[in-house]
Amino acid sequence: MFTDRLKQLIHYYEEVISLPHKTEVARELRNEDDFFLLLLYSEMVGIPNPVYYYTLELYPYIIESFHDWHLRMGMDKSPLNGIRCC
Amino acid sequence: MNAILIAFIGIVVFILGYRYYSKFVAEKIFRLDPNYVTPAHRFKDGVDYVPTNKFVLWGHHFTSVAGAAPILGPAIAIYWGWLPAFLWVVLGTIFAAGVHDFGTLALSVRNKGYSIGTIADRLVGRRAKLLFLFIILILVLMVNAVFAWVISNLFISYPASVFPVFIQIPLAIWIGYAAYKRNIKMLLPSVIALVIMYAAAIMASRVGFLQIDLVRYMGGENGTGLFGLGTVSTAFLIWIVILMVYVYIASTLPVWKLLQPRDFINSHQLVVGLAILYLGLLFTSPSMTAPVVNESPDRSFLPLLFITIACGAISGFHGLVSSGTSSKQLDKETDARFVGYFGAVGEGILALVSIIAVGTFFANTDAFSQAYTSFNEANAIGLGTFIEGAATLAQGLGIPTDIATTIVSIIVVSFAATTLDTSVRLMRYIIAELGIEYKIQPLTKTHVATTVAVLSSAALVLIPEGPNGFGSGGYLIWPLFGTANQLLAAISLFLIAIWLKRKGSNYMVALIPMIFLIFMTLFAMFQQVVFEWSWMGTGSNMLLFVLGSIIFVFAIWIALTSFSELMKKVEDPLNKD
Repeated sequence: MFTDRLKQLIHYYEEVISLPHKTEVARELRNEDDFFLLLLYSEMVGIPNPVYYYTLELYPYIIESFHDWHLRMGMDKSPLNGIRCC
Repeated sequence: MNAILIAFIGIVVFILGYRYYSKFVAEKIFRLDPNYVTPAHRFKDGVDYVPTNKFVLWGHHFTSVAGAAPILGPAIAIYWGWLPAFLWVVLGTIFAAGVHDFGTLALSVRNKGYSIGTIADRLVGRRAKLLFLFIILILVLMVNAVFAWVISNLFISYPASVFPVFIQIPLAIWIGYAAYKRNIKMLLPSVIALVIMYAAAIMASRVGFLQIDLVRYMGGENGTGLFGLGTVSTAFLIWIVILMVYVYIASTLPVWKLLQPRDFINSHQLVVGLAILYLGLLFTSPSMTAPVVNESPDRSFLPLLFITIACGAISGFHGLVSSGTSSKQLDKETDARFVGYFGAVGEGILALVSIIAVGTFFANTDAFSQAYTSFNEANAIGLGTFIEGAATLAQGLGIPTDIATTIVSIIVVSFAATTLDTSVRLMRYIIAELGIEYKIQPLTKTHVATTVAVLSSAALVLIPEGPNGFGSGGYLIWPLFGTANQLLAAISLFLIAIWLKRKGSNYMVALIPMIFLIFMTLFAMFQQVVFEWSWMGTGSNMLLFVLGSIIFVFAIWIALTSFSELMKKVEDPLNKD
């Protein structure tokens, strides 16, 4: 009973204390993902990409995160004609 | 009167305020809806917008808003007697701070989790947003100057605190590395850091060469300092320069490297400090030796009391935390009551213990009156008295006075140092934003903005000369800090009032504290600017006169804008979201 309470308390403590750094880690990861997205589809914004032909194969896997990205950037609809997520 | 009784009454009233008043505000005025889809769910992205348990969010919110300011204000304001300070802290927390912190959180939740500045832009227009930015700029400038002065002063008065405070920096960097790069559980590193810091405190209290006492190195108070200054003034100058170099580096580093791990350590110190003080209070059961009311003060408590205690009674700074971060993580709209209102109550409890530590420190009322001779003297000695008083309370737990004094001074310096780091960082952002707004390209660069922030803060702390010569002018800025903070709170309350009016609710809960704050700010600034700092005043000081005048004009501007805005009948732009 007491150990359960103690475990709960430590869990609560970890949650409170890790709240800000979880955010920072997630933000850094998201920035890297955004950069990766740009590398994959740079051709669509006018930057030549020699492997574009191959990255296009990733289209079905990436479409969902692209949709999240344009919503996050404040665009309700997809800004690129090539990607029709919505 | 026994101090336990005072603490008990204060805490019971806080609980009643939370139980009844905040419930009334939540249900009848804000009309919070448990089914409302909060921004944390609507824009859930796993980064900024994350639905979070209300207890966890409260823990984070409270440790973000609590700092050195709710300790310093009451320690000065007890000059008018403990009763006025106690009443303002208790009533201010219940009717002003609670509504303000809770209201900004609720308002932001209903506005996509936007910050108060952006909401001001949407509700009133671009002019309001710029006014808001300027007031925050002045506020952070004051914070930088006041806390740089506070830390330097504590380093000179308590040389044993220097070593443990500096040891905190490598510990924080290590914790940051452990948390971000190694993803280690936080309990162990935090406990190790605290143990090392407090072990350093014990050693520094007992071992002479670990006490970094610049004044002693230069041959004591009567020795010779640099540039023809006295030794105390030279020590002050050296500490200010070191602090400014530190904040320059600290505020340009990524937050996870130094600022956030320092905040982790401070959260623990806050819990340790509150526990030591309240338990010490229970064990020592001291009586209040400060007078109930000071019958012959040199300055009337009206309006100064209400700007001397800003944090701890109401603080505009909380609105920035409420609306910027906490609102994006609120799971249910109804949780705003617990997180916002109870966060303010937590800060009130900290302010309450500050009143008690200072109020019980002196042997009798005469000793108090001999120390707190004037309002200016109270400003100068307030924090030192809190540290001595808190150490006396800690004695109740068997901690020797010298070690307790060092530990309490470390806690206060750590709070002040993190506040300094955050506010220099904030000042850098605002300067950059103003640079974008007014198309001044160089200001948008990180290092230019930081240099402007650091140099202007150093100038503000070094230029005003206090009665004890160079380096003693820092505390003259405290009333300006209070007013800037209150004005910020007034703008937030005004936005809450507009929101409530457009909702068709009774907006008096926000409007009455707002009018009270604006009135007190105008009154205090008029008094200080005209009768004290102007060329015809008693303590003529051009710099303070100019800053005070700017705040005075801003206060009038806010008063006029808010009333014209409240009188207007406009369609509700908020409900369109």
